[in-house]
Amino acid sequence: MSDDINVKDGLRESATFDRTTMSEIRRAAETGIYDIRGFGAKRKLPHFDDLLFLGASMSRYPLEGYREKCNTSVTLGTRFAKKPIELDIPVTIAGMSFGALSANAKEALGRGASLMGTSTTTGDGGMTPEERGQSSKLVYQYLPSRYGMNPDDLRKADAIEVVLGQGAKPGGGGMLLGQKITDRVAQMRTLPMGVDQRSACRHPDWTGPDDLAIKIQELREITDWQVPIYIKVGATRTYYDVKLAVKAGADVIVVDGMQGGTAATQDVFIEHVGIPTLAAIPQAVQALQEMGMHRKVQLIVSGGIRNGADVAKCMALGADAVAIGTAALVALGCNHPMYDKEFKEIGSAAGFYDDYHEGKDPAGISTQDPELMKRLDPVAGGRKLANYLNVLTLEAQTLARACGKNDLRNLEPEDMVALTVESAAMARVPLAGTSWVPGQKF
Amino acid sequence: MKTINLETQTVRDLNQALHDQAPECTEREWEVLEPKGQHNIACGLDQNLAVDVKGHAGYFCAGMNKKAHVTVHGNVGQGVAENMMSGTVRVKGDASQAAGATAHGGLLVVEGNAGARCGISMKGVDIVVKGDVGHMSCFMGQAGNLVVCGDAGDALGDSLYEVKIYVKGTVKSLGADCIEKEMREEHIQELTELLNRAGVDEDPASFKRYGSARQLYNFKVDNAAAY
Repeated sequence: MSDDINVKDGLRESATFDRTTMSEIRRAAETGIYDIRGFGAKRKLPHFDDLLFLGASMSRYPLEGYREKCNTSVTLGTRFAKKPIELDIPVTIAGMSFGALSANAKEALGRGASLMGTSTTTGDGGMTPEERGQSSKLVYQYLPSRYGMNPDDLRKADAIEVVLGQGAKPGGGGMLLGQKITDRVAQMRTLPMGVDQRSACRHPDWTGPDDLAIKIQELREITDWQVPIYIKVGATRTYYDVKLAVKAGADVIVVDGMQGGTAATQDVFIEHVGIPTLAAIPQAVQALQEMGMHRKVQLIVSGGIRNGADVAKCMALGADAVAIGTAALVALGCNHPMYDKEFKEIGSAAGFYDDYHEGKDPAGISTQDPELMKRLDPVAGGRKLANYLNVLTLEAQTLARACGKNDLRNLEPEDMVALTVESAAMARVPLAGTSWVPGQKF
Repeated sequence: MKTINLETQTVRDLNQALHDQAPECTEREWEVLEPKGQHNIACGLDQNLAVDVKGHAGYFCAGMNKKAHVTVHGNVGQGVAENMMSGTVRVKGDASQAAGATAHGGLLVVEGNAGARCGISMKGVDIVVKGDVGHMSCFMGQAGNLVVCGDAGDALGDSLYEVKIYVKGTVKSLGADCIEKEMREEHIQELTELLNRAGVDEDPASFKRYGSARQLYNFKVDNAAAY
């Protein structure tokens, strides 16, 4: 129950029908339509906060925090690509479309990532010149809609990410509502202005993993086998999806947990489909290990990563790198308290805003409004993102050194314990103070 | 003319040789022998080449084609000329499903029949099929023209945007938001030109035109039953 209600008066809020639930029932009764919003899952889920590192002591030897090196670089796409991607830090920027985001926001993401020697990713809607120009390493998404897809941009990319799904809505497509469809967005997507732009949930020209293997070969042929090909899946049946992705020929697999954000989809989808990021990583790693492909096919994990501890925990569970989306937008100024008054004028509040699809973002990020867009300076935004990425990296290094590791990728599950039975079972690490891993034999 | 025999050379060898023509064209005419249904033949071309594939091709033949003129003297598998940007792709036989999927430009001619989802999500290409097309053809088609000289299967033009569909034969059923539209003089002229470009001898006046009713362009709860 919220603090603004005086519980001494005997008021008791229902845990089943709390105020958010009742508000949604009233909204549904008024409008007759489901709620569409952006952001990721807002419900409380087992997450990385439920894990702790076991720092070195008698049985482990720590590294000196400011003197001894701890490598953060990672190479992605070593399986088949002639030119794998070399990242200085294992934190990349996830795919977010021009259309959902302003051109300035896309440019800022590219600038920030480039300053830190990492990659950024296009989204549904194609590659913009601003984004390509400011991104030293750019991953080009190959999506079911194929909006803006063309072989020239394909050949300009440093990697190609075949998107099968995303954590916020695995099994669902996308929707960019008409109010965000400016002339430029419409032109890039070959559709009339002001029309809702549906992004299909399935690819139009292949249907299963065997077809996908041929599709990947086609993309390799078109790009003369130069660049890595990623496969991105929303976290659901992750163990099987990863095995099939390896079989289909992926160089890199991206697993996006249900905390991952979206520009717009149904609230019921965001909150009720998929599995938490924490639960997905061990499944993915198990699949790769069983195929003898762990570290040969690299694993990128995304969905709710906020700080260096989250980065380090993902890598300890076996990821090669992570991707951030929502956190990167927050670093640029998304949901900033300085716009609280304006957020309230559009029926939201700083820290709560998730109506990205409406295009009225006061922070100028998830909008195509020319006046609002001006509020985000892409150079300053890029600098902030770089600062934030730097902090993530320093924090992750701090934790790795404390565990005696001179490379972030040397972190391992045995460096961690869990605070809850649920997180122990999902992460497959012992409950703190015990040697018990739920579901596994002693 | 340069000849590549896929019994002795690989698809990789073929595509690399064709891609090497992009910066400077030294050999305009190419012949591909013994394709034997292999996938990804002549994909990613970016030069004004004439490529003759002497036999059947597998998936994604001439995928993402730019400028080139590819003729397949046989049948093709799934996704022929997918995402084509310009040029011409001609299939002398039948095409499997998703022919011309998402293609932005150029001309795709299928002299036989095309399977399901012909022209799915097409974005500006012109497709002419001398025979029939399968179900869900032109699903979510955005721009361009689809000409069907035979019959169309179920749910033609479902969730259509701005593609113009011309069908001579019968349409088993129309998809959501696809309707028959008036065939005006401008459409006769356009169809005449399309048939001429495709080298197809048909009377334009015998075709019917279908397009989007544009009722589902913006999501409205009142239309929920249509989705």
